[in-house]
Amino acid sequence: MSEIKKTTLNAIHKGLGARMVPFAGWEMPVQYSGVIDEHRAVREAAGLFDVSHMGEIDVRGPHALDFVQLVTTNDASRLEIGQAQYSLICYPTGGMVDDTIVYRMGDHHYMLCVNASNVEKDYSWLKEQLLGEHEAQVTNVSNSYAQIALQGPKAMDIINSLCGRDLTEIPYFCFDFAELAGAELMVSRTGYTGEDGVELYLPPEDAPRLWEAIMDAGKDEGIKPVGLGARDTLRLEMKYSLYGNDIDADTTALEAKLGWVVKFNKTDFIGKEALLKQQGEGIGKKLSCFVVEGRGIPRHGYDIHIDGRKVGVVTSGTMSPSIGIGIAIGYVEAEFDKAGQEVDIIIRDKAVTAKVVAPPFYKK
Amino acid sequence: MEFPDGLKFTKEHEWIRVDGNVAQIGITDYAQEALGDIVFLELPESGIHFNHGDTFGVVESVKAVSDLYSPLTGTVAEINESLVDAPEGINEHPYDDGWMISIELDNDSELDELMDVEAYRKYVEEIS
Repeated sequence: MSEIKKTTLNAIHKGLGARMVPFAGWEMPVQYSGVIDEHRAVREAAGLFDVSHMGEIDVRGPHALDFVQLVTTNDASRLEIGQAQYSLICYPTGGMVDDTIVYRMGDHHYMLCVNASNVEKDYSWLKEQLLGEHEAQVTNVSNSYAQIALQGPKAMDIINSLCGRDLTEIPYFCFDFAELAGAELMVSRTGYTGEDGVELYLPPEDAPRLWEAIMDAGKDEGIKPVGLGARDTLRLEMKYSLYGNDIDADTTALEAKLGWVVKFNKTDFIGKEALLKQQGEGIGKKLSCFVVEGRGIPRHGYDIHIDGRKVGVVTSGTMSPSIGIGIAIGYVEAEFDKAGQEVDIIIRDKAVTAKVVAPPFYKK
Repeated sequence: MEFPDGLKFTKEHEWIRVDGNVAQIGITDYAQEALGDIVFLELPESGIHFNHGDTFGVVESVKAVSDLYSPLTGTVAEINESLVDAPEGINEHPYDDGWMISIELDNDSELDELMDVEAYRKYVEEIS
């Protein structure tokens, strides 16, 4: 095991009393004031997240677009400079290497933001796909970026108070460069919470100053620092997939209902054939949403039954801090993936009734 | 962190209040803080018999599931129903109103195995 990595905000987290845990090779804050308190701050005011552990991979060169098109499922040719898209990196089997946000940085320059736990795997995979005809320069630039996410209904007011311009002019899933608290940074109108806000990419050494400036600017608005615990409950309430839990090398985009980022009519991409085949033959299992009817909290790995027969398994579950009941996502045999379908989730050998619902779990 | 006098403690961070032949059981301030926001509590029916070390219930925070181990051998006399309905009370007041079950003891010599408050405070300091 290599030594655990620390973001440049590590000392700030400890000063704020965060509980630190190892996560994907990094020492990260899992909570500060408490998961529920932090979750509510993001839903009602604003929350600040250190997501510097996320990876960034640069793709440059005259054939950068061809390469990105080959290795991702969404259609990157639709991106203008300053636009971003959610996408998937697939194996030829249709299983997933990772999910990613593809940023078009320049004419022949893209950046892929990838999961912390997958950076090395993704980087190796991408380099293996480099062939003469798709020649591009692929670089792991993760060490060049810290990443801070500011999310919540007050997020844009707070960030604007630090900037000489109105950053709400940046549309959703677009980005621009700005100067904030003396730091040059990339402002991306994206997030993993379902709330308005930004993800900020900047040099690691500038992160502490920016963090303090945002916390200070937001203190009258009720801003709170938010750890990985609430990051997970927030994303789960929106049914945003988490790689390693809900999607992985053995699940496909179609099973995970991420078909909206698979563009079969663009140029060829890795995984296309397998996904087309699956679409033609039928999709056996689907990632569904469940709300528990009684008491009990579904968790990763719990079985899903109908009439005593196993029909699926929970991939993520929690007590929803926003709606106060147990919620889960999990794969079930496709025929049962319909709103209102009753299932049993097996919690410690007991069947607890749950119902299939349409996402998201939390609506404004 | 609170370390009330007059209670007994276990290494599993449970507290025991003994009154004659009956022992009330809950989890300590250290335990509730380590668990974080508690959102679910499952307790046994009264009348069930547990041996020392048996799982008598489950407590869940947003992130984690933890078994509750019976520190003593005996029969459940009473359970704290209001705590089951509002398990966040464990975070707010782990002692007193945070009691989970009471047990009629089979054998009060088991009490000698438990830590007093000073021993427990020392134990928490060691593992912190």
